[in-house]
Amino acid sequence: MSSTIDTPDKSATTTRRRFLKGSGAVAGGVVLSAGASAAAETENLPPNIPDWMKAPGDPMGSQPYGAPSPFEKGVVKNISKNLKQYISASGRTPLQELDGIITPNGLFYERHHGGVPTIDPAQHRLMLHGLVERPLIFTMDDLRCFPSESRIHFLECSGNPGYTKPYGKTASDLVGLLSCAEWTGVSLKLVLQEAGLKPEAKWIIAEGADAAALTRSIPVEKCLEDAMLVYSQNGERLRPQQGYPLRLLLPGFEGNMNVKWLRRLHVAAEPAYSREETSKYTDLLPDGTAREFSFYMEAKSIITRPSGGQRLSAPGFHEITGIAWSGHGKIKRVEVSIDDGKSWQVAQLQEPVLTRALTRFRLPWQWDGKPAVIQSRAIDETGYVQPTLAELLAVRGENYFYHNNAIWPWRVAADGEVTNALA
Amino acid sequence: MRWREICGVVLAILLCTSASTARAQSPYGIGRPATAAEIAGWNIDVGHDGSNLPKGSGSVSHGREVFAQQCASCHGDNGEGGLGDRLVGGQGTIGTAKPIRTVGSYWPYAPTLFDYIRRAMPQNAPQSLSNEDVYAVSAYILNLNGLVGADATVDAKSLAAIKMPNRDKFVGDARPDVK
Repeated sequence: MSSTIDTPDKSATTTRRRFLKGSGAVAGGVVLSAGASAAAETENLPPNIPDWMKAPGDPMGSQPYGAPSPFEKGVVKNISKNLKQYISASGRTPLQELDGIITPNGLFYERHHGGVPTIDPAQHRLMLHGLVERPLIFTMDDLRCFPSESRIHFLECSGNPGYTKPYGKTASDLVGLLSCAEWTGVSLKLVLQEAGLKPEAKWIIAEGADAAALTRSIPVEKCLEDAMLVYSQNGERLRPQQGYPLRLLLPGFEGNMNVKWLRRLHVAAEPAYSREETSKYTDLLPDGTAREFSFYMEAKSIITRPSGGQRLSAPGFHEITGIAWSGHGKIKRVEVSIDDGKSWQVAQLQEPVLTRALTRFRLPWQWDGKPAVIQSRAIDETGYVQPTLAELLAVRGENYFYHNNAIWPWRVAADGEVTNALA
Repeated sequence: MRWREICGVVLAILLCTSASTARAQSPYGIGRPATAAEIAGWNIDVGHDGSNLPKGSGSVSHGREVFAQQCASCHGDNGEGGLGDRLVGGQGTIGTAKPIRTVGSYWPYAPTLFDYIRRAMPQNAPQSLSNEDVYAVSAYILNLNGLVGADATVDAKSLAAIKMPNRDKFVGDARPDVK
């Protein structure tokens, strides 16, 4: 009880010490059994009164924007320290640290090909030209004058992950080039109607205002179906890393086609066959042919808890949870196996289940303390069933590189440690 | 006076007509026309058939100089790769267990080389090379891959005429391929 009469100075010291200890635990990876470090210090635990109740907290205005608790400072984007360079590079969402289906903007995965430009929206323009009746230029204010809409969709990089070892240790290492947000903008169809498409218009070539001037060709059917010109993400303006002030959103299509920093839409009769859709983002088969214009991300799922890098504290009840998604529509069902694929149980889907959005699934599990292999497989509304890595490799070979949507099993050891079962 | 009144009426009719026509064509009347000069300044898309390639030309020998100054630090002195992609060699490897994807072995269209170099290279200063320099570097990379001679000069027409070795190896998306 002596800690209840601590001087303020001593309290502050204690708080700092606890903070350092706590953040260390977070940085070391998710440990489901948090008991060990808490047991060592009890001055803030019952029956004592915790330090943070004995003095006022931070005043209003100390964080005009806001940031996560310092105890969560280990929850950041997963960026490799060994990349050849960081201008054309990617950073992953820490999927195993997140709940629900919405990715916080600060943790949304990043992939850029020429760095992140800093664009003054007052000096940004969208040019719409080519096979249109009236070539047009829009300011950002113009685009915000159109009727707006908001929709929740996932975005996934096409190379998430590759097909060859070494395979990642965590869910983020494996499929962290995946995030989901509520997007607000204008239907591309409305903007195209403003210019008037000519009958021979078949493709729209989108170009970013970054140092890569990244260019991808999109079938006009997709542009008229559900494509959006997006200016806001999860309620606030796009982050620079996500294309501020304007990006294209093509729900269900591979990430790089959702051109960021969008500045130009060139309506054409043929695709551009740009570098990014010929030498990159084509899928090489064992016979030497390569699939081009492979747009859709197929149905996929992953268990995020328990998952690689985590540890089950003890036998007993553990909820298995994860995310499922499909570029072809809604998730119809997720099945989970806890016996290395011998049998499968239907998982509960958390509402809402949305088209081309992450869907959260859950399965209650009583772990008996014996080694186990757990995995999930998604079935989408087309009836497509997420395949195994072996099934994909048999058809595509190891050099296909993109669009790996394999089931990924986790191995739970007798001591509770969870590792990649295919690594 | 009368003539001026007629002019005024005619002008008013013209304005109304054009405004209502614009409204009928453009449902919201948002945005402004893009001029030909504005489009020409921004439209750097080069078609796979060489359409929209600019005037000018560049030689392999000039390309060798530009490459040494602007490209070699990332792509290697002979395009063997480094921080940047390997650009040279690999022909005959694409259908093997260890494919080497380069401009010469994998890229289907030579005009794409011009398009990409102009828009995105060198990485530290994209869109800084002259069209002549871009033609020259394109020619040099094609020469390193044995696709044009050492004394070649390429322009819009000759670049579009090059048949890249891997051009016919691209196929459509056959997914779902595992059912």
